[in-house]
Amino acid sequence: MEAVDHSHWSPLLGRLWWDAIPTEPIVLATFAAVVLGGLVVLGALTYFKLWTYLWKEWFTSVDHKKIGIMYMVLGLVMFLRGFADAVMMRIQQAIAFNGHDGYLTAHHYDQVFTAHGVIMIFFVAMPFVTGLMNYIVPLQIGARDVSFPFLNNFSFWMTTSGAVLVMMSLFIGEFAQTGWLAYPPLSNLAYSPWVGVDYYIWALQIAGVGTLLSGVNLIATIVKLRAPGMTMMRMPIFTWTALCTNILIVAAFPVLTAVMTMLTADRYLHFNFFTNDFGGNAMMYVNLIWIWGHPEVYILILPLFGVFSEVTATFCGKRLFGYSSMVYATLVITILSYVVWLHHFFTMGSGASVNSFFGITTMVISIPTGAKLFNWLFTMYRGRIRFELPMMWTVAFMLTFVVGGMTGVLLAVPPADFVLHNSLFLIAHFHNVIIGGVLFGIFAAINFWWPKAFGFRLDPFWGKVSFWLWIPGFWFAFMPLYILGLMGVTRRMRVFDDPSLQIWFGIAAFGAFLIALGIAAMLVQFAVSIRRREELKDVTGDPWDGRTLEWATSSPPPEYNFAFTPIVHDIDAWTDMKRCGVERPTEGFRPIHMPRGTGTGLILAALSTAFGFAMIWYIWWLAAASFAAIIGYAIAHTFNYKRDYHIPVETVAATETARTRQLAEAGA
Amino acid sequence: MSSTESPEMLLRPPFRPRNAADVRRSARFASALALIGGLSACQSVVLDPAGDVARQQGDLVVWSTMLMLLIIVPVMALTIFFAWRYRASNAEATYQPDWDHSTKLELVIWAAPLLIIICLGALTWVGTHLLDPYRTIGRIDADTPVAGNVRPLEVDVVALDWKWLFIYPEQGIATVNELVVPQGRPLQFKLTSSSVMNSFFVPAMAGQIYAMPGMETRLHAVMNRTGDFAGFSANYSGAGFSGMRFATRSVSEADFAGWTARVKSGATGMLDRAAYLDLEKPSENNPVAHYAAIEPDLYGAVLDMCVEPGKMCRSEMMAIDARGGLGKAGIRNVAMLSYDKYGRQASAAANANPDAATRRELAWVRALCNQQPGMAPDNTVAAPASMRSLTGAGLSAPQSITLDDSRDHAGPAAPAHTLLISRN
Amino acid sequence: MQATLQAAKPKASAAEITAAFYDLNEHDHPEGGSTMLGFWIYLMSDCLIFAMLFAAYGVLGGNYAAGPGPKDLFELPLVALNTAMLLFSSITYGFAMLAMEKGRAGQTQVWLLVTAVFGAAFLSIELHEFAGLIHEGATPMRSGFLTAFFSLVGTHGLHVTFGLVWLFTLVVQIARKGLIPANKRRLMCLSLFWHFLDVVWIGVFTFVYLLGML
Repeated sequence: MEAVDHSHWSPLLGRLWWDAIPTEPIVLATFAAVVLGGLVVLGALTYFKLWTYLWKEWFTSVDHKKIGIMYMVLGLVMFLRGFADAVMMRIQQAIAFNGHDGYLTAHHYDQVFTAHGVIMIFFVAMPFVTGLMNYIVPLQIGARDVSFPFLNNFSFWMTTSGAVLVMMSLFIGEFAQTGWLAYPPLSNLAYSPWVGVDYYIWALQIAGVGTLLSGVNLIATIVKLRAPGMTMMRMPIFTWTALCTNILIVAAFPVLTAVMTMLTADRYLHFNFFTNDFGGNAMMYVNLIWIWGHPEVYILILPLFGVFSEVTATFCGKRLFGYSSMVYATLVITILSYVVWLHHFFTMGSGASVNSFFGITTMVISIPTGAKLFNWLFTMYRGRIRFELPMMWTVAFMLTFVVGGMTGVLLAVPPADFVLHNSLFLIAHFHNVIIGGVLFGIFAAINFWWPKAFGFRLDPFWGKVSFWLWIPGFWFAFMPLYILGLMGVTRRMRVFDDPSLQIWFGIAAFGAFLIALGIAAMLVQFAVSIRRREELKDVTGDPWDGRTLEWATSSPPPEYNFAFTPIVHDIDAWTDMKRCGVERPTEGFRPIHMPRGTGTGLILAALSTAFGFAMIWYIWWLAAASFAAIIGYAIAHTFNYKRDYHIPVETVAATETARTRQLAEAGA
Repeated sequence: MSSTESPEMLLRPPFRPRNAADVRRSARFASALALIGGLSACQSVVLDPAGDVARQQGDLVVWSTMLMLLIIVPVMALTIFFAWRYRASNAEATYQPDWDHSTKLELVIWAAPLLIIICLGALTWVGTHLLDPYRTIGRIDADTPVAGNVRPLEVDVVALDWKWLFIYPEQGIATVNELVVPQGRPLQFKLTSSSVMNSFFVPAMAGQIYAMPGMETRLHAVMNRTGDFAGFSANYSGAGFSGMRFATRSVSEADFAGWTARVKSGATGMLDRAAYLDLEKPSENNPVAHYAAIEPDLYGAVLDMCVEPGKMCRSEMMAIDARGGLGKAGIRNVAMLSYDKYGRQASAAANANPDAATRRELAWVRALCNQQPGMAPDNTVAAPASMRSLTGAGLSAPQSITLDDSRDHAGPAAPAHTLLISRN
Repeated sequence: MQATLQAAKPKASAAEITAAFYDLNEHDHPEGGSTMLGFWIYLMSDCLIFAMLFAAYGVLGGNYAAGPGPKDLFELPLVALNTAMLLFSSITYGFAMLAMEKGRAGQTQVWLLVTAVFGAAFLSIELHEFAGLIHEGATPMRSGFLTAFFSLVGTHGLHVTFGLVWLFTLVVQIARKGLIPANKRRLMCLSLFWHFLDVVWIGVFTFVYLLGML
């Protein structure tokens, strides 16, 4: 324990002083690499004069497709950071035996596992899921954009702002050393006095605003902007899961906001929400955070259930088995996810009846989930399965996820949880479902919709290399953790004294190494595909014989998505159109009413970053100034009434004629 | 797989006491093998523990897994079979692109998981009540009920930054980072923490339970084998967390008496309030320490957060609150309540050198309350007298959440007010 | 169900099929068609924040930490006056909406300003109450009860403050642009917001003040 005195405060810089620069060599080296890499990127952008392009076409764009892609890029970048944390943990745990202290100090290691959890959930899984929903949902329902396009842009930049704060904590100050949910009293001022938990709070608060608004936006979009004829029970299943996910977001994230605000009040104003003395109650935090935390799990997984449904139906060349059963299963999961939160702390002394209740409600969730699995299974039955990459990931998901689901139900049995809670068995379980469910789903989705977004397929060879590295990598990395959990090894340990455990940690580290290669292969896949984009080109807009409306338009779709809004007669609207031999209308175009891009979202989010940073470091003048600027700028924005424009009919006609020609060439 | 895994075994309900202990043992091993091949080779303390409670919990892990495998294995097999059978290159397989509904199949796919969950839910309900950590031990092992006159050995556990304090009130001794228990005697742990949340876990003995500041949790267990086992905190609690390990030694009754006598006669001093406050300061990787004597009420004072002189005990505060508070008269008296909000050490320092205002307040607190720790309500659930209900038969469901306040509490001037307990 | 059209009209011409599957005669969607729904969803999420604060008050409301309780601190007549102010402001906001429906911009602005006066009176009384409490030493730092009380009532007060800022912004915007559809929509959103705060206050008044004094 280094006894650094961080009590310095000055009016100009608050708590910020030279001692905020970390001294750990690993962090310093990373810092140097990031600074150099950043300079190279900035230099390249300037050299190639890309700033204006980026600003106009991307940063200020309110096009849901571009925002969706930006979310995916954010998720990918943060995924690399979160994975680097994972590798550091695996190496530490593989070598810290026999009196060896490993290579990470407690101060560093405890930040690493906290940051890993926070980043992977909030800044990897959430951006990936939100990005997918943003890109796909409006296309699937035949809409031209989301209900509130400006809000969409703002949401993205707020999420990014939170991610920026987390990244800053790496180089200025420290991140929380509390575990990813920051239970008090540990996270309260008495036991975490410096800036770590404050970075955590403000990153989550600012990103949370973005997530909540994006949830409101997508619900309104799905309810209000569906194409004519698309009744609720004709909505594509991915849209259904997106709707349920966003309902969960709107009904869960305010709880996180509230509980974070309470922790803020405790830390900044000495309130007594979660203190040990003065009548506070730390267990209230644990309850509240899990009332958000459990629905969050389903926020992450439900859209991917939708992805797997779309992929299975498409690559089996068959209608989805049990559509309505799938919809009801999704709804049941949505509702039940609110009555299971206590299963995260059976071991905190609840009565047997309370524990049984929450254990059984948790198990009940496995019934609709099981039904979904069977539905995919029977979609495969009597299909014609093409094993392209999305389908490979889907089958891998089905085989992996059932194991994670089984161990999850096991953990829902309270007496079993007493011996497995907080153990590496639990770690293995949730990585089993989050990697096997969410991440595999994201990979399936990327491979599935990439041609839609960019007009060319991803290179299958490198995709398969990545797949075959990931799958064994995953099992090598996490099976040992199941075993270690059954050997009574708990999580978040930095050093071990039982040498017989080391072999298992070694195997897990090997698995992490395979996964690293898998990630590298995926990056190679992207690079190779971009280089070979002419060979991999898809001009049809429908490379997989798709079934839903996003495949009815070109790849990438024009800004306005559809020159004429499609009319829906069936769940698989596009398959229906193909069967009926519908011809694309090639004349009679009209000007199209579209929202106008704006930089307000980015500016407000930048001001929020400044506000968060100022609050973290107690720089009160900057906090006041940036807060006033946020309010002032937001009000000024409301005086701008010109938020839309019409795409002239000539532009539409030109775009559509080019598309007609392209289709004709492809057909010829 | 072992030959003992017969269908008859699968149908037998768990927890039924059986006669031949070795058969049970081999059956358990077979199940463990079925769970993960060769896991027994890596000494799974969870599946093969030394204490009866952990054993039953481990059994429940195995049984639940078996139940779920009934559906998981067919699903995985079908996935692989369908994926292979209906591959696009297999022109022989039937192709029905429009087949998307079958009421019978739908019934099956909802009913099959439902049935499994009904079985598992029943198992959960019974198991959770039987293995409630607040419930006293009803049996030493499957064949031996606890005799009526046996008093459990009480151990009061305090999680400190970053070590464990074990107080033996009956023996009047205390240890740091060493838990010694007699084999075959029921154990009753009362747990609290001085600062942050920890989880007390000896996998070989019984499942874990959190130790939380200002709250008391309970755990009942028994050790069936002698030996040395690992104990640790299973909830991350800060920088020294990895070193929060303690040796757990299960010894014979005679050895336990000998050990107790050695500790009592040792020259290691007394754990009084001052020594506790010194011990409580954060430290890492502490060696084992023994205390030959303890100040009575120390554990109660720790739980009540009033070890320091001049502090109002939490139970006294709650009793005052239950009467509506002290009104505006008590508004400025905050030093008496300060425990760790402004930093644990800051609070201790302020009390060491009180200024005039603090002294006035301390006098006021002394006049107001006797600074005696209160008694946590004994919310232990008694194990049933008859072994029959241990198999789950006739188990009345919600009895375990009734708070049994009727027990008389020994101890001097125990105030009749209650303490916040972690029990909802 | 699929290919319904094909089945219904087997001999349909290509143009007919296209017309059945594309909205060839589409008009611009009226702007802001989702706004009221979106704002309503946002309000429900805000409602959850208040629900959490009420829950916290439920858990901590009896933890006086050997300090003062509600009976020692609350002045019911003052709170009754305060409640009246907020209720009046809701009524006057209603008049503003009636004026808006009739297209009378000036009248709308007047009623909005009257609403603002009542809202400001509400805030002043609340601040007066807070100042008195803090002056006596009953700060939110004193006990769990006071923490929960100040947070719940204070969060409501902050909402009213933002409502006032919004209200003044709208008065200016009506002055500039008149009662155009965009401004009407904003007035309706603020109306929802303002009445929502009223409803929350009824909850605060009942659960915190009335039940605290009983």
